Formats: sequence, C-alpha cells, structure tokens
Amino acid sequence: MMQAPDIGKVILEHTADSRVIELPFGLGEWHLPHGWMIGGTDFAPTKHVVFMALAAFLVFITIWYGGRQVTRRHASGKGPRGFGAAVEAMVLFVRNDVAIANIGHGGEKFAPLILTFFFFILYCNLLGLLPWGATPTGNLGVTAGLALTAFVVIEISGFRALGPKGYLKTIVMIPPGMKGPGAVAMAFIMTPVELIGKIVKPFALCLRLFANMTAGHFVILALVGLIFVFANWVIAAGTVLFVLFMMCLELLVAFLQAYIFALLTSVFIGLMQHEH
Amino acid sequence: MHNLLMLLQAQESVLVARNTYALLGAGIGLGLAIIGAGIGIGRIGGQAVEAIARQPEASADIRGAMILTAALIEGATLAALVFALLFKILT
Repeated sequence: MMQAPDIGKVILEHTADSRVIELPFGLGEWHLPHGWMIGGTDFAPTKHVVFMALAAFLVFITIWYGGRQVTRRHASGKGPRGFGAAVEAMVLFVRNDVAIANIGHGGEKFAPLILTFFFFILYCNLLGLLPWGATPTGNLGVTAGLALTAFVVIEISGFRALGPKGYLKTIVMIPPGMKGPGAVAMAFIMTPVELIGKIVKPFALCLRLFANMTAGHFVILALVGLIFVFANWVIAAGTVLFVLFMMCLELLVAFLQAYIFALLTSVFIGLMQHEH
Repeated sequence: MHNLLMLLQAQESVLVARNTYALLGAGIGLGLAIIGAGIGIGRIGGQAVEAIARQPEASADIRGAMILTAALIEGATLAALVFALLFKILT
C-alpha cells in the first residue's frame, strides 16, 4: 500500500507563491531570478508576478483587438460581431451598469479604472483555472495592492469632490437634523466608527477576493488529493465528477468576484462623490 | 477532552495539545460560520424566488440583486475561513 501523500503540503505548494514556474507539457521548470534587492526587500519577480504580467498582457490584447474589430466594423456602418461584439458587450455592461450607474454623473472619468479592475481581476482569476496556471489574486499581497489602489482612489476623489471641509464632514459625521449637545455626542460616537469604516471597506474587498479564489482552489485540490489518499477507482470516478462541478462553480466565482470588486469600488466612489 | 489531553501528553509535550485545541477551535468556528452563511443565503434565495413569483417581469433585476447579495454574504463567511486558516498556519 503506497504511503498516502501529504495533501496539505501539496495544496499549500500549489496555491502559494513560489520562485519556480512549472512549464506546461513537461518542458521543465523555469527558475525565476532572486536577489534584486532594493533597500532590504527582494523585488525579483515570483510566479504570481509573472502571471500578473501575463494577465495584464492578455487584457491589453483583448481590449485592443476587440476595440479594433468594433472600430473597423463601425467605420463601414455595421454592428460588431464575433469576438469584438463580446468584448464590447462586457465593456459596455461594466461602464454603464456598474461604473456610471453607481458613481452618478461624474462616472465617465472613473470608468477606465473600474474597467481595468474588472478585466484585470477577471483574467487573474481565470488564469488560475487553466492547467499549469496560478492565481495571482489568490495572493494576499496582490489583492491588498488592488484594495489599496481602490482606497486611494476613493479617498482622494472624495477629497477633491467635496473639498477639505466636506471631506471632514464624512469623518466627523453628524446625522442630519441634530443640533447642540446631541450632535456633539453623536459626533464623538460616529467618528471612530466612520474612520474604522473607511479602513474596513477596502480591507473587506481585499479579503473577499483573496478568500474566494483560494477557497475554491483548496476544495478542488483537496478533492483530487482524496483520490491519491484512497487509491480506489470508484472513489476516483465520483471525485472527478464532483471536481468537474466545482470547476464550473469556480468559473462562475471568477466572473462574480471580478464584478463584485468593480461594483463595490464604484459604489464606494459614488458614496464619497455624493455625500452632500 | 480528558482522553485527548492524556493521550497527547503520553506522547509529546503540551505544545501539541495547544495545537490540537487551536485546530479544534478553528474547526468549530468555521462550522458556525458556514451555518450563518447557509441561513443567510438560503433566506435570500427563498425571498428572491418568492419575489419572482409575485412579479415575473422583474425577474432579471431580482436575479441580479440576489447574486450580488449572496456574494457579499459569502465574503463575510470567507473572512472567517481566512482567520481559521491563520489558526492552522500560525501554530
């Protein structure tokens, strides 16, 4: 009877970052460089960084090629079809129903950012579902960077839209219609709550994206590991069917989480724009 | 509990017992979190289906709102998952 492999170790190896990329079809391994030190931190690219660069490149190719198809068919007076139509449908959906609908009348300025968030996160999530792929958004650092970007945009755009006094009013929040000592008491209570809220909302964005991506992969890898633990054909057949279902669910979750991130960012930006 | 502790102290140090209790706590906490998510998303699903039954023309809107709210509740549950993972990784 074979020694059952350490499934926990395999799962953590597959989902965590590493300095070795396994090339597909048995071409070997690509050992990434290390030691690019800048001020005590190693900035050399790791597996997730390489996959992020790949996702960014794919986003560029998709939008550029789709956009070119749409423009060319537009120039000859016809509607788009094929790949360009799909890209246009998704871009218009995110722009109109997510960005502009939630931000309000200043929405077009933020549409490129929301679109970038959506497509980049979508491609990062989908790359993890391919064989020999890795999920960059399954890395707490990547999602923290995205959430930090969202946080900076939300606060600075709110500051610019409301002015310093209006921005301060969103922190020292006095519910409308209260005056005198009641207002002061409410301000004392609400200020820490508002401050914590400002930090917690992007933190929740980061954690939600990270946990959704990692949890799906954990489940799939654990189920496949069951096959190795039991070494039984019947269990393998049942497990493969269940893993197939989980992969479909993962596909849905990839799209959904990209949409949720873009939606919540635009909702937060909209809330700051329209405080008054 | 008593048997578990005695069994472990018969073999190794108390550090292992602490590890076991930590994992036990993480497991119970995770189960409770999943119960919360199940109740919440179940309620959303039920009320969304009821709403569609009352007004079938609004079914696209309701479906969108349902999926969005389910994803938000899922986010809270997965926050619990991440903290349970921390229990495993940090000890």
